[in-house]
Amino acid sequence: MLLIHCPYCEDSLPELEFTYAGEAHIARPADPSALSDEEWRDFLFIRTNARGPHYERWRHIGCGRFFNAIRDTVSDRFLTTYKAGEPRRPLTNEAAE
Amino acid sequence: MMTSQKHDFAAAAIRIEDAAPALRLSLRVKPAHRDAVGRALGLDLPARVGQRAQAGDIQALCLGPDEWLIAAPEGAPLADAARAVYADAPHSLVDISDREITLRLSGPAVLDLLAACCPRNLAAMAVGSAARTVFDSATVILWRDGPADFRMDVWRSFAPHVRSLLAQAQAEIAAGL
Ligand SMILES: [Zn+2]
Repeated sequence: MLLIHCPYCEDSLPELEFTYAGEAHIARPADPSALSDEEWRDFLFIRTNARGPHYERWRHIGCGRFFNAIRDTVSDRFLTTYKAGEPRRPLTNEAAE
Repeated sequence: MMTSQKHDFAAAAIRIEDAAPALRLSLRVKPAHRDAVGRALGLDLPARVGQRAQAGDIQALCLGPDEWLIAAPEGAPLADAARAVYADAPHSLVDISDREITLRLSGPAVLDLLAACCPRNLAAMAVGSAARTVFDSATVILWRDGPADFRMDVWRSFAPHVRSLLAQAQAEIAAGL
């Protein structure tokens, strides 16, 4: 079974305790009314659809927390996980190994 | 020799009992106010997910960075104690006593029983800790009270499903499967 490291529980736990929650680091517009239709469409629907490392959100049922992960969409390997609200982690060689 | 071992093993391998109804409170409070609320409840609220604290017959379990489950005998006056510090330490304290039932699972084969539907490595779970995890598709809280002694809090509506799975796994283990 795939083990996912929860940054809040500080433990690697079975994937069945986790739920995928979409791409990470998509900030809700501060003033939605000011957006054009195209900008609103991009915010709601347009995603990177990465082949390879992908920034995404997951939720752990154990602690009830959302967190961020970089997962390789080809190998399904989790390269790293970090707490919600932290800035986007750079793709270091260490993480990509 | 294997046969006799298997037979002994199955004899009292697993016990499944209903625990008495209890007071259950869901506490949400920011870390800055954790100690104040803990003091009011007479508990040293643990900060690490999965850790427990106990004072008399009141138990606290850290479920998340800002979430605790408090278990106590029915009628314990904890809400009044917490209300007294609410102005200085805002928090949410919700009575969820009837949301769940508690099953007591014990016996030498209890880890096999739980492994039937729980993906966690429960053999590695420390005695005296607890965790929110899943049993089949149902969210449960497992308290490890001893090496072969667990409590399982299950949402009432999931209980028939969990009970039937436990009974099936129990029968399979008793049959030596
Ligand atoms: Zn967690």
